[in-house]
Amino acid sequence: MFDFLDSGQYDVLGAFWVTVQLTFYSAIGSLIWGTVLAGMRVGPTPLMRAFGTVYVNAVRNTPLTVIIVATSLVLYQTLGITLAGGDSKGIGFRLAVLGLIAYHATFVCEALRSGINTVPVGQSEAARALGLGFFQVLTLIVLPQAFRSVVAPLANVLIALTKNTTVAAAIGVSEAALLMKEMVENESDAIFLVFAVVAFGFVVLTLPTGMLLGWVSKRVAVKR
Amino acid sequence: MSDLSVLYDAPGPRAKARNLVYSAVFLVLLGLLLWWALDAMADKNQLAAEKWSPFVNDSRMWTTYLIPGLLNTLKAAALAIVIALPLGALLGIGRLSEHRWVSLPVGTVVEFFRAIPVLLMMIFANQAYAQFTDIDSEVRPLYAVVTGLVLYNASVIAEIVRAGVLSLPSGQTDAAKAIGMRKSQIMLYVLLPQAVTAMLPALVSQLVVIVKDTALGGAVLGYAELLNQVRVITANYGANVIAALTVVALIFIALNFLLTSFASWLEGRLRRGKRSAGAVLHGADTEMDFDEPHVEPHARK
Repeated sequence: MFDFLDSGQYDVLGAFWVTVQLTFYSAIGSLIWGTVLAGMRVGPTPLMRAFGTVYVNAVRNTPLTVIIVATSLVLYQTLGITLAGGDSKGIGFRLAVLGLIAYHATFVCEALRSGINTVPVGQSEAARALGLGFFQVLTLIVLPQAFRSVVAPLANVLIALTKNTTVAAAIGVSEAALLMKEMVENESDAIFLVFAVVAFGFVVLTLPTGMLLGWVSKRVAVKR
Repeated sequence: MSDLSVLYDAPGPRAKARNLVYSAVFLVLLGLLLWWALDAMADKNQLAAEKWSPFVNDSRMWTTYLIPGLLNTLKAAALAIVIALPLGALLGIGRLSEHRWVSLPVGTVVEFFRAIPVLLMMIFANQAYAQFTDIDSEVRPLYAVVTGLVLYNASVIAEIVRAGVLSLPSGQTDAAKAIGMRKSQIMLYVLLPQAVTAMLPALVSQLVVIVKDTALGGAVLGYAELLNQVRVITANYGANVIAALTVVALIFIALNFLLTSFASWLEGRLRRGKRSAGAVLHGADTEMDFDEPHVEPHARK
C-alpha cells in the first residue's frame, strides 16, 4: 500500500527537511525584519514611520505568490541577482527565503505593535522620567514586555509561515508541496495516500508548534 | 498605550535636529537602494519606454489580459466565499453541538483542514478531478482552486462562526430557553443573527485571504487569473517582466486595500452603533488566527 514510499523514487523526508529549513531561516529573518519595522512604525522620525506604514500595507496586501514569483522572475532571471551564487537549487531556496521574510515580517510587525499597546503607559512614562531616550525605552523597557505578551500571535505567524513555505513550489524549490505535485501525477492509483502522507507531515509540523508555543505564551505572559 | 507617542518625549530643538539628521540618513539610504534598483533595471534594459507604455497606451493590454485576469481572480474568490460561507456556518454550528458524536468529528475535520496548506488541497483536488471526473481540462484548474479555497476557508469560517456565537452573553440562550424555544430555534432565531453582525469584519478580512490565495492557482495549477497573465503579457509585449509584475501587484494591493479598509470601517461602525449584546470580532489578520479566537470566559456556559 505504501510501496510508493519504499520505491526510493521520492525523498519525502528530504522534501520535508527543505520545508523545515525554509521555515527556520524565514522565521528568524522575519522576526528580525519585523522587529525593525515595528521600531520604525512607533519611532519619532516621521519619514521612517511613513516608510514602515507604506511597506506593511503594501506587502501585506500583495499575495505571497506574487512576491515569491517576483523574487525568481525579477531578481534572478531578469536582474541576475543570485544571492551568493551557487547552483539553481540553492538560489531558488535563498530567493524563497527572501520572499517569505519580506511577507511575514509585516505580520510580525503588526503583532508586535499590538503587543506594545498592551504595555501600560506608566512603564514608558517612568522610563522617560529616568531620562531614557526613545531607543532605550523601546529596547530596554517596552519591547521585552511586548514580546512576552505576543508569543501566541507570533506562534500563529510561525504556523502560517510553515504552511506558506509551500508557495515556494511556485518557483521550483523542491519542498513538500512540489514533491506532492510530482507524486500525485505519477502515482495515480494512490493519490489519497499521497495526500494523507503529505498532510500528515504538515500536521506533525504545525500542531506541536502551536501546543508548545501556547504553553510558552501562558508561562511568560506578564501578569497584570 | 494607544497613543504611541508616549514612547518618546515631545521633541525639543536638539531632538528635532537629531530627527532631521536621522531622516536625512534614512532618505539617503532609501535613495541609494532605489538608485541601485533603477541602475540594475536600466542595465537589463527594463526601464525602456516600450516596456512600460503598453500599460498606458495600449487598451488591448487591459481588455485582453489584465481585466479578464482580474475577473477570473474575482470569480474564483466569489465562488469560494459563496460556497464556503454556508459550509463554514454548518461546521461551526456542528462544532458547538452538545452531542459529542457531532462535535468531535466536525472539530477534527475543521482542525485538520486548518493545519494543512491550502496549496496541498488545490493540487490534490486538481489531480482527483482529472482522474475521477470528466470535468473539461479547460475549467479544471478553476474547480481545483475553488475546491481548495472552500475546504480551507470553510474551516476558518467555522471557527469565526463559533467564536461569534460564543461571544454572545449566556443571558441570550437562557432567555430563549425560558420562553420555550428548542435548541435549533435558539441557534437560528437568537444566536446566529446576532453573531453574524459580530462576524462581518472578520469575514470581509477572510475575503482578502481568499483573493490572495487565488494567485496560488495561477502560479502552480495554471489557472488564468491575474498573476498568470504576467506570463502571457511578457510573451506578447517583449520580456517586460518587471513592468507586468509591478502592475499586477498594484492591482492586487488596490483591491485588497479596498477590502481591508471596508472591513475596518465596518468594524468601527458596528462597534459604535452596537445594538447586539455580543462583542465585535476584530477583522485584522484572520490569516494569522490559527488558535481559537479569544472569547471572554464568562460569555457562555
